[in-house]
Amino acid sequence: MDKTVNQKAWFLVLPVFLVVAFSAVLPLMTVVNYSMQDTFGNNQFFWNGVGWFKELLDPSTDLGGRFLASLGRNLFFSLVILAIEVPLGIVVALSMPRQGWTVAACLVTLALPLLIPWNVVGTIWQIFGRPDIGLLGYVLNHIGLDYNYVSNDIDAWVTVIVMDVWHWTSLVALLCYAGLKSIPEAYYQAAQIDGASRWAVFKAIQLPKMNRVLLIAVLLRFMDSFMIYTEPFVVTGGGPGNSTTFVSIELVKIALGQFDLGKAAALSLVYNLIILIVCWIFYTVMTNAGSERKPQEGAA
Amino acid sequence: MHSIPGRRLIMGLFLIFLLLPIYWLVNMSFKTNAEIVSTMTLWPHTPTLQHYKRIFTDESWYSGYINSLEYVILNTVISISVALPAAYAFSRYRFLGDKHLFFWLLSNRMAPAAVYALPFFNLYSAIGLFDTPWAVALAHCIFNVPLAVWILEGFVSGVPREIDETAFLDGYSFPRFFVRILVPLIASGIGVAAFFCFMFSWVELLLARTLTSVQTKPIAAIMTRTVSAAGMDWGLLAAAGVLTIIPGALVIWFVRNYIARGFALGRV
Repeated sequence: MDKTVNQKAWFLVLPVFLVVAFSAVLPLMTVVNYSMQDTFGNNQFFWNGVGWFKELLDPSTDLGGRFLASLGRNLFFSLVILAIEVPLGIVVALSMPRQGWTVAACLVTLALPLLIPWNVVGTIWQIFGRPDIGLLGYVLNHIGLDYNYVSNDIDAWVTVIVMDVWHWTSLVALLCYAGLKSIPEAYYQAAQIDGASRWAVFKAIQLPKMNRVLLIAVLLRFMDSFMIYTEPFVVTGGGPGNSTTFVSIELVKIALGQFDLGKAAALSLVYNLIILIVCWIFYTVMTNAGSERKPQEGAA
Repeated sequence: MHSIPGRRLIMGLFLIFLLLPIYWLVNMSFKTNAEIVSTMTLWPHTPTLQHYKRIFTDESWYSGYINSLEYVILNTVISISVALPAAYAFSRYRFLGDKHLFFWLLSNRMAPAAVYALPFFNLYSAIGLFDTPWAVALAHCIFNVPLAVWILEGFVSGVPREIDETAFLDGYSFPRFFVRILVPLIASGIGVAAFFCFMFSWVELLLARTLTSVQTKPIAAIMTRTVSAAGMDWGLLAAAGVLTIIPGALVIWFVRNYIARGFALGRV
């Protein structure tokens, strides 16, 4: 199905263009403006050129050190949660009941964490993990583990990661489930006739069919974990010390806490640029995967 | 053949893992504060509705829910109505810069809210929308409009092109075709897109909190403020948390049959 060339289609896109331009381009211009200036308050600004950017990328300065450390923490966090959530999501999707009322019940329960406001997710885990009033903290401490996410770095990290797994694995699972549902029954019958093992079925039929949704899942999960703010902020406040301070938390500290507009703006731009690049890579891979698959589908 | 061995066990364990923290929150919301702090009880031994009563009778509490719902609904309506024509255009036509525009939209879905918090504050203060539901609704468009376009494009592409052509041959004008034929055909897609807009606007706090001060504070922000002011009123905090889960749970129930396809952004 070839699309026809029609420049008038721009009129249909115009509202979207205007709305997004208003809420994305205008503010971004302010950011660019701030990133080149310094201020001593009183709305007096003076030109600082690329000074903030130099400082930002130099780990020996305060700003650069904080930025690169939080960036490192954030990348590590994203990789860990992807490594847990993607396989777990696939396993959960494969474990979905086949029919009956349990399907709807499972779907609704799975989707539940996704619709809880992010700070409430933080609150839930804050309460759940507390050694004095939370079930998790209480049980862990009573079986002899010294667990306290407020004072121990590793406990704080574990809590934030488990919280993210709790919050978002369902998204991966639901996406994979949607991919699995699109596999025609005939494929399984053919595999059965061939005497394929369960693992072979997974590798040759289910995984390829989930390819595309998995890409979406990885993209969404990477992006959202890379800009995570509210949940860890509520649970740990970035601490103990700075051990769970991710890039967004650092940014908000600088921008809204210290009102260091120039530094915050420079950080925002570099942060945005990293996300843009990763996003572009994923997008290219995704569209290529789509166009490669089309001819096969036509032939089948 | 479809599924794996021990699937009931895996599913059961995972659902327990999901539900346990939520159960704990619900459990706490029905306890008195004395019971919460003094003993570890698996269910409320002296159940009380005092926290819920307080939320429903104190205007500074319940107005938070109304404020939140106000901007969420406003945002959903704006997002869907601008995204629909665009989704049709992206699905049916090629035009100058279409691919770049699509990527640009997508990249805005991925932009960190923290980057925009401060500029939005300046922008909406300057045009006098600060502390109105419009400010939050428009600010949330930055991630909801691209998402809505993305989902709806998938659903529109599922409608055979012959239907458009037949309608135009029958003498339908474009607006009439759009409203009378296309919209009913992708009604489930619109439902799914609206669900996602609702969801992401409902769960977002950073922008909503930055762009409101007194009049339109969202419930999520009121929760944090009152708790720090009143010492630690755990029961009240838990009750407020439970009430923020309910609208989401209701919405999921209505779209449960489309949810899987919706999460795949209409692309399966």
